[in-house]
Amino acid sequence: MQKVVKRNILGYKNNESKSQRAPFHSTAGSLWTDGAQERLDPQRFHVPALIKPVLSRLWRSVAIVVAIAALNFIIVHMAPGDVADVMAGESGAASPEYLADLKQRFGLDQPLIVQFFVYMGRMAQFDLGYSFRFGRPVASLIFERLPATLILAIPTLMLAFVMGSVLGVVASRRVGTWRDAAISVGALVFYATPLFWIGLMLIILFGVKLGWLPTGGMQTIGANYTGFAYVLDVGRHMILPVVTLSLFYMAYYARLMRASMLEVFGQDFIATARSKGLSEGRVAYRHVLRNALLPVVTVLGLQVAHLLGGTVLVETVFGWPGLGRLAFDSVLSRDVNLLLGILLMSSILVVSTNIAVEALYRWLDPRIGAA
Amino acid sequence: MRNALAFWRRFSRNRAALLGLFIVLAIIAVAVAAPFLYPDDPMGMVAQPFLWPLQDPEFPFGSDSLGRDLGAQIFHGAHVSLLIGATATIASVLIGVTVGSLAGYYGGWVDEALMRFTEVVQTIPPFILTIIVVAIFHSTIGTIVVAISIVSWPSVARLVRAEFLTLREREFVQAGIVMGMSDFRLIVTQILPNSMTPVIIAASLMMASSILIEAGLSFLGLGDPNVVSWGAIIGAGREAIREAWYISALPGIAIIAAVLGLNLVGEGLNDALNPRLRRR
Repeated sequence: MQKVVKRNILGYKNNESKSQRAPFHSTAGSLWTDGAQERLDPQRFHVPALIKPVLSRLWRSVAIVVAIAALNFIIVHMAPGDVADVMAGESGAASPEYLADLKQRFGLDQPLIVQFFVYMGRMAQFDLGYSFRFGRPVASLIFERLPATLILAIPTLMLAFVMGSVLGVVASRRVGTWRDAAISVGALVFYATPLFWIGLMLIILFGVKLGWLPTGGMQTIGANYTGFAYVLDVGRHMILPVVTLSLFYMAYYARLMRASMLEVFGQDFIATARSKGLSEGRVAYRHVLRNALLPVVTVLGLQVAHLLGGTVLVETVFGWPGLGRLAFDSVLSRDVNLLLGILLMSSILVVSTNIAVEALYRWLDPRIGAA
Repeated sequence: MRNALAFWRRFSRNRAALLGLFIVLAIIAVAVAAPFLYPDDPMGMVAQPFLWPLQDPEFPFGSDSLGRDLGAQIFHGAHVSLLIGATATIASVLIGVTVGSLAGYYGGWVDEALMRFTEVVQTIPPFILTIIVVAIFHSTIGTIVVAISIVSWPSVARLVRAEFLTLREREFVQAGIVMGMSDFRLIVTQILPNSMTPVIIAASLMMASSILIEAGLSFLGLGDPNVVSWGAIIGAGREAIREAWYISALPGIAIIAAVLGLNLVGEGLNDALNPRLRRR
């Protein structure tokens, strides 16, 4: 049996760095001597520990985006009817000559492989084609709508992450009490509730019955607010969509955080920390929380992918002029270019989050080696 | 048999799991009973429009804006939700198990290629991809099932691969290799049966999320137009949400019940099949 020793970015063997960097894993200290020698190797110190793995992640991300663009190409060509058919259908009358002319203009008479490289070349310049529904280039439409989606998605993620983690920590510190039960049941129910349904119910409660909050759109139509009043107005319109989106993810993070905390609470180094005489609060926040956060941070990238799908529903419910609403409009008119452009753009958002998560992860846990 | 009994004893000790099982069985009963309780077309206009629930004893669930019986729609909707949820889950499990076992068993470049592909699929926002597939290839129950399974299989593939990676080093597998078993036989008869536990747990959670995805699709008007579905009723009820919010509210409760029940069963299975983790 041959054992391959993997070395991480700092030149530690993977298993050693664990013991060195984690003060509470003191029982594994015997490996120290073995790794100390390598730690002194000056050459290893040149590589900035945070940047290189993030760079390698960047390359992988570029590869993923290219693969998704290629997938888009396949979807376009699997779709029944091509651009020329759609355009000819839109214009009403379509003679075979007109159709052939259109096909030639869009390069659809070229061999598939040529079309593929032409397509990928255009994608590389972020030329996403033309939207027939809106009569404008897809890229400019997307960039116009992106900010509206971001001001929903970013507060949602922050709210869900912070509130969910707090609830999870509270529940895990009081396992089996009414507080744990209330949080767990609440999380279970909201985890099972469709986003759009919560949105509708909130509209009825806060918009229609109580009349506290606006029920749709991003600003009061015709009010023409400027400056601070405008920000306040948009903020009021944001509340219901953000709460709607957050509840599901809050429930998710609360459940994950609770499970993760309980997992860490059961580990040996916690018993050690307690036997050192540390207070329960210090054990929970300094020792357990820091470790329990890791798996919760990991899923952030997946959650962003899921969240962008959720914005389609929430933006449709609240008439919010973002990417999701744009996706819904382009579905109704079968605007394939626009749909695939949104798909590519949202995948790029997910990939960027993954890069950020990677950096965050390394900052939280320096033990991790190169991926 | 004794194993099954021991499993049941562990499962039934968990009251939440039992509640989940009860809810799921109740919804299955509703789906089965629908054609007998409401033999007529649920899309038929049979009542006065906008009857509130309990207002007319003949239509205890009320009626929608077109005078269709909400009760009939919700009962028949159970059938569609469960059907799509179950078939999409089976399809995703099949894809996921195939990809995961090939990657985990062969390792090397096969693993590398399959896992990279899995990563690509996991990067695409799942709901947006399902919308696109359904929008491009017309809405039928078939395309909806395909669309949901296209986005759902990666988690199963990862689970199965992880199981295979540890199992294939175990002695009973090594013994199989020495005995000259073919790769196919080793995978299917030796390793796979031993890696089913996480798959079963994932399947019940996946069925829950499939029901949510289907509800979202039909809410947007992308469901199969020929069948009633819970999401579609909510979407139709939106038009009159200010006056008659019960039309959207009732099917939502049905969705919550189904998803909650399946999630509880999944967690119960997890606790019963992984006794070591039962602490939570």
